[in-house]
Amino acid sequence: MTIKDKQAQIVEEFSFMEDWMDKYEYLIELGRKLPPLEDASKTEKNLIKGCQSRVWLDVKREDGRLYFRADSDALITKGIVSLLVIVFSGHTPREILDADISFIDQIGLREHLSPTRANGLLSMIRQIQMYALAASAENPA
Amino acid sequence: MNIAHIREQFPALHQKVHGKPLVYLDNGATSQKPKMVLDVLQEMEGKINGNIHRAVHYLSAQCTERYEKARTVVKDFLNADSEDEIIFTSGTTASLNLLAFSFGQTYVRPGDRIIVTEAEHHSNIVPWQMMCQRTGALLEIWEVDDTGALDPKKLEQILDKSEEVPKLLAITHISNVLGLVNPLAEIIQIAHYYNVPVAVDGAQGIVHKKVDVRSLDADFYAFSGHKLYGPTGTGVLYGKVKYLEEMAPWQGGGDMIETVSLRKGTTYAQPPLKFEAGTANFIGIAGLGAAIEFINGLNIKLIEDHENEITQKAIEALGQIDGCKILGIPGTYYGKTYEKIPVFSMTIEGAHPSDIATLLDRMGIAVRSGMLCAEPLLERFGITSVLRASFALYNTLEELDFFVESLKKVLKILR
Ligand SMILES: Cc1ncc(COP(=O)(O)O)c(C=O)c1O
Repeated sequence: MTIKDKQAQIVEEFSFMEDWMDKYEYLIELGRKLPPLEDASKTEKNLIKGCQSRVWLDVKREDGRLYFRADSDALITKGIVSLLVIVFSGHTPREILDADISFIDQIGLREHLSPTRANGLLSMIRQIQMYALAASAENPA
Repeated sequence: MNIAHIREQFPALHQKVHGKPLVYLDNGATSQKPKMVLDVLQEMEGKINGNIHRAVHYLSAQCTERYEKARTVVKDFLNADSEDEIIFTSGTTASLNLLAFSFGQTYVRPGDRIIVTEAEHHSNIVPWQMMCQRTGALLEIWEVDDTGALDPKKLEQILDKSEEVPKLLAITHISNVLGLVNPLAEIIQIAHYYNVPVAVDGAQGIVHKKVDVRSLDADFYAFSGHKLYGPTGTGVLYGKVKYLEEMAPWQGGGDMIETVSLRKGTTYAQPPLKFEAGTANFIGIAGLGAAIEFINGLNIKLIEDHENEITQKAIEALGQIDGCKILGIPGTYYGKTYEKIPVFSMTIEGAHPSDIATLLDRMGIAVRSGMLCAEPLLERFGITSVLRASFALYNTLEELDFFVESLKKVLKILR
């Protein structure tokens, strides 16, 4: 599935949920389902700055594709990073850098996050793009 | 007058957020303002507006009078000796930065020591660290124990450590995390025995305790208007005149000078104006005066009883929640009674504060989560985040119940 398709799927899923309590409960479920990172990957390097809770993002490169794993000590945050992992994991650096990230606005996530939270989300996306940029510079496809 | 009457005077309390009636429990961060204060701001912004201390015209005179009247109101509120001891600033942080700069400039030399406690807000840490960098002084830490209380013996150890006594002790009246009221009078007595002046961060203290700087014998006392039902961008630094007269000014500009000469140099005004460079937030300060007059008009005994009841009931109710641990429990530590204001920072097993706060927000409840600008204290307890519910005089017991019940619901979702 392309990044675009995955985003469309998320937007559709959220469209069935009426109130924000439901959306948060859904994010909490996603958070629970996301496999935890082992402590060895919860390094200072993987820690994302600018979040209210601690968030770690780990990346692996295989066959020219990036695979992300993430964790957080807060569940809702974990649910949100889980969305990012679903959307971006398994794609090439080029695909990631070219992607138009629209689902966050479409599901109304940004306006429902406090500005501190929204900044945290932005930091996560930026970190993903940085990884992609570094990978494409190392090994231009 | 009862709490319901008091509530009526705070328009912001009567609104809905996310379609739910607001339950505002983030008063430790900032308080809502009574109509009396809002009216002053509106009248002055819209009508009675002229720059103070400068012109002879009517509006300027009106504003100067209101600004200086606020100084008298603050002086009386603190039971200070004179208006000259009251410096207006933009808030606690500005007060402490001013103090750290001016005090450091005048009294602190390389190798000197400054004491801060481990329970301080960043505002009462970072300015001192910066001062140490400027002057070559060293920061000494008065550590808290496992309960968050401060052992006076440890202070004496620091004071006794070398021939040169430290230049200053900077300590909070009430920690914004623990809510415990430090036995300031005793602590100041110890410090003064060693001839060490004491600077108090009163951001939380001024809101919940009667502060008498003379009987406390505090050398400096800093607080913000916005936590005291007054306007944002207002604050006070109280300082004993003997220090203020000697201390170098912080910022230069209009109002703080006596004469300015490009050739002969500049001489400064007497305190407090020496420390009030530039156009002050005179409208806000007039509003701060109104806020204090509002408080003066309340039955303080009733408010104290009300806040104590909230504190007791909250500790009981939260204690019954599985895995909930409150930071700062009132009691007797080192032979001193530590009271607690209605500020409840907690950790709850199996649920992250930011998740709890996010879901409570959906139910109309405003609480804080995170480090509360007190990273060293949280680190001391080995935690990275707390949930904090902080009550003001207008919060009700029903709001406490609603908070506890909602918290239980949220925990069912999260755990
Ligand atoms: C204990 C304490 N000190 C200092 C401050 C800083 O106050 P302000 O941000 O109004 O300058 C606060 C408030 O956040 C506080 O609670």
